[in-house]
Amino acid sequence: MLNYTIRRLLFAIPTLLVISFIIFVILDLAPNDPTGSLPLTIPAEVRAQIREALGLGQPFHIRYVKWLEQFFINEPLNIMEHWWGAPIGDSDSRLRVTSWMSRSPVVDLIVERMPQTLWVVGLSYLVGILIALPIGVISAYKQYSWFDQIGTFVSMVGFSVPTFFTGLLLIVVFSVNLGWLPSIYDTTLKVTDFSSFMAQLRQLAMPVMVLALFNAAQLSRFMRASMLDNLNQDYVRTARAKGMSEKVVLLVHVLRNSLIPVVTVIALGVPQIFGGAIITEQIFKVNGLGQLLILGIENADIPLVQTLTFIFAILIVFFNLIADVVYGMLDPRIRYD
Amino acid sequence: MTDTNMNIVSEPLHEHRSLWGDVWRQFRTHKGAVVGVAVFTFIVLVVVLGPFIHTIDPTFLDIRNKNLAPTLAHPMGTDNLGRDMLAQVMAGGQVSMLVGVTAMLLSLVLGAFIGVIAGYFKILDGVLMRLTDLFLALPILPLLLVIIMLFRDSLRSVFGPETGIFILIVFVIGITSWMQTARIVRGEVLALKEQEFIIAARSIGTRRHRIISRHILPNVLSPILVSATLGIANAIITESALSFLGLGFPSDFPTWGRLLFDGKDFMQLTPARVIWPGLAISLTVLSVNYIGDGLRDALDPRIRGR
Repeated sequence: MLNYTIRRLLFAIPTLLVISFIIFVILDLAPNDPTGSLPLTIPAEVRAQIREALGLGQPFHIRYVKWLEQFFINEPLNIMEHWWGAPIGDSDSRLRVTSWMSRSPVVDLIVERMPQTLWVVGLSYLVGILIALPIGVISAYKQYSWFDQIGTFVSMVGFSVPTFFTGLLLIVVFSVNLGWLPSIYDTTLKVTDFSSFMAQLRQLAMPVMVLALFNAAQLSRFMRASMLDNLNQDYVRTARAKGMSEKVVLLVHVLRNSLIPVVTVIALGVPQIFGGAIITEQIFKVNGLGQLLILGIENADIPLVQTLTFIFAILIVFFNLIADVVYGMLDPRIRYD
Repeated sequence: MTDTNMNIVSEPLHEHRSLWGDVWRQFRTHKGAVVGVAVFTFIVLVVVLGPFIHTIDPTFLDIRNKNLAPTLAHPMGTDNLGRDMLAQVMAGGQVSMLVGVTAMLLSLVLGAFIGVIAGYFKILDGVLMRLTDLFLALPILPLLLVIIMLFRDSLRSVFGPETGIFILIVFVIGITSWMQTARIVRGEVLALKEQEFIIAARSIGTRRHRIISRHILPNVLSPILVSATLGIANAIITESALSFLGLGFPSDFPTWGRLLFDGKDFMQLTPARVIWPGLAISLTVLSVNYIGDGLRDALDPRIRGR
């Protein structure tokens, strides 16, 4: 297993390099001028100097290698420095990936935005899992009952209705008509006492519910299918024949075995959630990573977009790896070597 | 003489059952799928034929009648520039559906091609599957946004504002959604390749492209059909999401996602502007998903036998 993990980790490096190259090429091929949004009164030679200062004068391969160096060597060194509090080497002259839009290091922007995204996305995924598992278990156990029929329909709806519609619908109902929940996420809110805690809960409620419903719809289908696969197995009959109570059969024997594939689906879904959060953050005006990406795209801030897109790619590769490794650890029938 | 002959022929001794007849029979037992077909047909009919009945031009500005609630002349009300919402929803539906179908076809052709090639030719299998894995590891939505943002203007100047963005969106959606189809088709082809009838075909000297087109492709048709339906749903959602983020079609060229995007700022005033396009997207995707569900059951011989 360790062998396999190491092999996969080593294989992830060329994959990520290729992805970073693709992202770099796409952004570089684009007929796009970063000085395009500057005032028209700036003369052409000044414009050329600005482009030079942004590092665009270098040939393609040098810029790519420089970006790699900044992302893979300089930024991790900075983070380590930050953790240990002691300078490593020549930290002041170390080049960082700098946003063209705000002139500050991209990583600082990301660190600023990360907590909001993690709160909304993480909580929604957790809520989604908590809703999906019981629904999946019950609809599989009572297959074709009214609960199963309704559950199937609701999950089909949750899966089909896009989050940007459910989000707007919730805003129309709960913010516009009923006035119960705020439609804008306030990042400056600090939780100090009970009333501010309730305010935090209220502003989290809608974005979390929108994403949670979407996740729960997919997960509950997987959970149901996985439970159904196991319910007809011989070991379930054996457990019943031994005289175990139905509760033990279901929750100990069947559930634990059914969770194995579901856990991998959960792991595989994490990066997708970050992608889905781009839309949800836009609807509820959460200033998280997704909104940062949209802002960067709108302002043609190439270093920022490059870095963020690449971070999304890292998340996908990393969670694919985790899913495979966890599956191998949980299911003794799976042997990779 | 002829008449009596005809009568004899038209009275079969036993009911003739074709494969597609069986599929259709099984499909009809799936209630959700039948309702899905009905709803989808209804939406397509409204979107295609509706503009001939409700003849208001979707881009006609009638500034005196702005932000109207639903009336007889404007069944879905009007927007902040007095454009008729029903006409816009129908016009938007045409674009959204066209994008969905075209992008699905592109991704299907690409996916089936790569899947068949990877499954049939062992030398190419490794390379093509690594390519598929690579595409699966790409962050699709951010990348789509970036590509559209960066290439939109140059394509617009070449093909005109509408055609340019249409080509771009169809192309990027198609090229980033073929991976699942390719994987499924490859798996099927791998299993099929070892079966006796393929070996028999090869032993009588059938050429490779004939084997693929006559024997392999018809047998992988069912997974391709299922991914086709799901592909339409996926493409419609992706296009709406892009338009919703303001990076899809221009606002004078409505699609459902674009209408939602434009309507969301007027939610308090005219909530209908959000609800109708959103409902149209949701119902279309829901019905297509149900059709896909029913098709999967109907095309699966293990389920159909029962």
